[in-house]
Amino acid sequence: MPNPNFDPVEVSALQPETIEAAVSAALAAFTAASTLDELKSQRLSHAGDRSGLALANREIGALPPAARAAAGQRVGAARAQVDRALAARQAELEIERDARVLIEEAVDVTLPSDRRAAGARHPLTTIQERIADVFTAMGYEVAEGPEVEAEWYNFDALNIGVDHPARSLMDTFFLGSPDSGLVLRTHTSPVQVRTMLWREPPIYVICPGRVYRTDELDATHTPVFHQVEGLVIDEGITMAHLKGTLDHLAAAMFGPGIVTRLRPAYFPFTEPSAEPDLLCFVCRGDSVGNPARPCRTCDSEGWIEWGGCGMVNPRVLVACGIDPERYSGFAFGMGIDRTLMFRNGVEDMRDIVEGDVRFTAAFGVQG
Amino acid sequence: MRAPVSWVSEHVDLPQGISPRELGDALVRVGLEVERVDSAADGMSGPIVVGRVSSFEDEPQKNGKSIRWCQVELGEDQPRGIVCGASNFTAGDLVVAALPGAVLPGGFAIGARRTYGHLSDGMICSVRELGIGDEHAGILVLPAGSATPGDDALDVLGLRDAVLDIAVTPDRGYCLSVRGLAREASAALRVAFHDTDVVLPAVDGGAYDVRVEDPAGCDRFSARVITGLDPSAPTPGWMARRLRQSGVRSISLAVDVTNYVMLETGQPLHAFDRAKLSGPIGVRRARPGEKLTTLDDAVRALDPDDLVVTDESGPIALAGVMGGAGTDIDAATTDIVLEAAHWQPASIARAVRRHKLPSEAAKRFERGVDPAIAGVALQRCVDLLVEHGGATAAAGYTVVGDGPPSPLITLHAARAGALAGMPIARDVAVKRLIEVGCTVDGGDVLQVSPPTWRPDLTDPADLIEEIVRLEGYDKIPSVLPTPPPGRGLTPMQTLRRGVSRALAAAGFIEVLTYPFVSPAVHDAFGLAPEDPRRIAARLANPLSDAEPELRTCLLPGLLATLQRNVGRGIRDLALFETGLVFLPRPDAPVPPRPGVAHRPSDGELAALDAALPDQPRHVAVVLCGDIERKGWWGPACAATWSDAIDAARVVAAAARVELTVRAGDTAPWHPGRCAGLLLGERTVGHAGELNPRVIAALGLPERTCAMELDLDAFSPPPPVLAPALSTYPPVLLDIALVVPAGVAAADVLAAVRAGAGELLESVRLFDVYDDDALRRAARKSLAFALRFRAPDRTLTVDEASRARDAAIARAGLATGAVLRA
Repeated sequence: MPNPNFDPVEVSALQPETIEAAVSAALAAFTAASTLDELKSQRLSHAGDRSGLALANREIGALPPAARAAAGQRVGAARAQVDRALAARQAELEIERDARVLIEEAVDVTLPSDRRAAGARHPLTTIQERIADVFTAMGYEVAEGPEVEAEWYNFDALNIGVDHPARSLMDTFFLGSPDSGLVLRTHTSPVQVRTMLWREPPIYVICPGRVYRTDELDATHTPVFHQVEGLVIDEGITMAHLKGTLDHLAAAMFGPGIVTRLRPAYFPFTEPSAEPDLLCFVCRGDSVGNPARPCRTCDSEGWIEWGGCGMVNPRVLVACGIDPERYSGFAFGMGIDRTLMFRNGVEDMRDIVEGDVRFTAAFGVQG
Repeated sequence: MRAPVSWVSEHVDLPQGISPRELGDALVRVGLEVERVDSAADGMSGPIVVGRVSSFEDEPQKNGKSIRWCQVELGEDQPRGIVCGASNFTAGDLVVAALPGAVLPGGFAIGARRTYGHLSDGMICSVRELGIGDEHAGILVLPAGSATPGDDALDVLGLRDAVLDIAVTPDRGYCLSVRGLAREASAALRVAFHDTDVVLPAVDGGAYDVRVEDPAGCDRFSARVITGLDPSAPTPGWMARRLRQSGVRSISLAVDVTNYVMLETGQPLHAFDRAKLSGPIGVRRARPGEKLTTLDDAVRALDPDDLVVTDESGPIALAGVMGGAGTDIDAATTDIVLEAAHWQPASIARAVRRHKLPSEAAKRFERGVDPAIAGVALQRCVDLLVEHGGATAAAGYTVVGDGPPSPLITLHAARAGALAGMPIARDVAVKRLIEVGCTVDGGDVLQVSPPTWRPDLTDPADLIEEIVRLEGYDKIPSVLPTPPPGRGLTPMQTLRRGVSRALAAAGFIEVLTYPFVSPAVHDAFGLAPEDPRRIAARLANPLSDAEPELRTCLLPGLLATLQRNVGRGIRDLALFETGLVFLPRPDAPVPPRPGVAHRPSDGELAALDAALPDQPRHVAVVLCGDIERKGWWGPACAATWSDAIDAARVVAAAARVELTVRAGDTAPWHPGRCAGLLLGERTVGHAGELNPRVIAALGLPERTCAMELDLDAFSPPPPVLAPALSTYPPVLLDIALVVPAGVAAADVLAAVRAGAGELLESVRLFDVYDDDALRRAARKSLAFALRFRAPDRTLTVDEASRARDAAIARAGLATGAVLRA
């Protein structure tokens, strides 16, 4: 009811004591509320439209005009205090609730998460890729060729004539009949021949791949194995370049400081020929003459035999149509399976070839 | 080649105090493959002594065997009693006894032990027990007078000598001789070499009548004769010992002398019993139909390419390989014709291969024998037989043929250093060549005549190798060459890596299987008789007769590997392999054999390639067991036909193409669970569950699934054209379509996609449903989630609904689909 007559009227709800009491009651109720639901009901009681303060607010109009400002201020301040307290308590209780929910939702994160088994790539694949990466980084390309190969590529073009003793040394699988002229390649060198036949020097390639010899499978032999060969044909290529390249590969594969040494050897397709030895990457030669510290990796020899190499025999260049007066080149090759054995401590060749998933899974996807 | 260091050292002034290991290392540095330097005594210890069997008693045993109870004098106060199971000795023979405390090779410890009713105080040894040969038929009996009881048997047998064991490469035939090894040691250590030194008689043709009809096959044939040999004369102990150390069995004086001289000089010799020869000795190729019984008592049908030695009776030896039984020396031989010939290496190599008859002689002839050494070798034989066999050297020395011409090689002296990559002065190069035995003339351009014992030196490059290896490979510096910029991996190589990585990421484990298969696997696969996969290349010499063919698909090897894993207790498997398969061409020509004097013509090279089988690279997977394991999350999920197809999609995704999947019916798959996989309209593989019959025939786990694709059919993907992304909100609508049960989901999906038009952003089949009513009507319900979105505005529901209705209508036309009520 407005009070246009400015009659002094006593309004009990607007008495300062009453308002203070309402505020105190609200603050106490909010503090006492222990859940958001309780707080909600206390909000209705103490800050809702029907709360004492809301009602008091409505009574302001009943005061004479001179008194209204003071009463309005009093009620406004009181309501603001109550709202602040409500918001603060609301926030407190929400934090409590959230914390509780997160605790309730906790799980045992140590439960296995192996719904699907992991796949893996064969270490022979990843090791070949690793070697390919080392060489492509230098500017080489990766050359490939067929595994069933014409004898001309596998032997003749490589200076291994029909009656050459080396031909019978490489235990060869023949297709059809022994004089069919077709073999399972005994090395990846025919890929070198194909490369030289169809590319102009300079040639910088590596040839990884599967090769075949008639060895029965046992702990150290397999009739199907893998090689990586390298071939460089350019002007002014020397044995020093061969040595440098092998040293680079050794360090890239086995760590800084691991080098190679060359021993004279014989291969029909290279002249001069050599066999590279790899400095033992485990003992670095410390086991030699040191029975107290034997090395299983190199058999305490200090060096590990690591394939064959040499300067491409000019006869091979001629058969491939490359002028040996202008160009020289080197070639090298090493067995990947054997490299895997000594690099990764594989005790038995059969583990590499039998496809037992426990072997491959141990290598993961990058070997 | 095995040779005792003591023998080698007779021909070279080895440095004082050099150890066998140091000698071995020096030989390695100049390029010999020294497999071992050791002495037989390394594996033995304790008392191993010479004994004399003073008496023995034969004692038959209940088990039918007979033992000898021997009294053996050992240089001690009393003889010892030793039980011996052999009977190839008599009283008074010298034997080798291992006494209690001795250890024989292989860690075989000897003790006094009670056996056959006696206390055997040691063991009388066989050659095999001493680790110096394979003979085990009887015990080793030493030549009479060659030792005294109590002597250290290892000394007497020369077992303390270090023996070099060298793998001789094909170019170093001369190293199949003590003389050759000594020469290498001399070069390696820069010490003096002493050749075998004998005085030769004048050639007069008077030893025996020899007629060489094939001078290409035999460019020199030399012969000497000895008479009056005492056939019972024993081989001197020192010679038997050296033969034993070299791994050669002692047989009789005459045979031993020829073997000994071969080891010493590298010249194989043959001894004919002169009394068994009829008429002149000839050399020619065999005639069709001729046969020869060789020393090993095998009757060999001769090939017209075989070089033979003949007399009037026909062939009497397979030249350079093995002698004939008919003219062989025996226990009554007194007069011998000694042959030392120089045979064409290639002819010998072919004969060895043809008759599968490798021999010590052939090994040397194949690699090249010094044509100048025959006279020396013959003289050595004659001298040794005279000295130790009481023989007389008959007059006459027959030599037919001049031997091979000696080549003259032109070498620019600077080439050696230029190829080695280090400075090698002209004079150094010349010095090294002279060390090798070459004769050298000229200034900067050298005229080099290699020594007779180095027939492998034919090209300038051969000479460069000699110079560089004697200079030392360890002096070559390490320099990286500078390749031109490369292009990295080819797109196809990159794609193959991507496929391999994607399959591994999808849970497959890579295996690499042998490509050898049995034709029976094609039957087990249920391949039709005309199935092209049955046309396989066959190996002439397979490792296993059961697996003579090369694979035409990857599955046989993969399934065998799956089975091996199952056999090892691993039940849940997902394997993959990429590799070549071999598909012979029906009309493949015989490959030509171009020469190597120049590049073959493009036509010849094309013909070579045309002769090869097609060798496409395939990728395949096999699965069995569970693909998702049982766990706290719920039950396991078995690998199914769908996972096999998904593997194909993984491969296709790596190539960024979409495979079309259609119902297929191809062995070895289940006819109702086989998908044909197509790129465009071309079938490039299959996937699904294997036919239960195949599973039964191969003993595979039930429901084994497989996928195989021709990986070469995929092309490297072009660069991706990035999609334009609309940021306006989508409208999501689901539809369920009822279609005849036989309709392929892929066909419905295609129709929906085509009908929905450009506003369709994606569509996915999310449910397949049927109930009794649908089944009775031979229908099924397929539910699709469609997402519509416009590139340039917010799509209204009305627009999307119209597009959906169009999709339903198109599906209805194409497949009879109706919207599910």
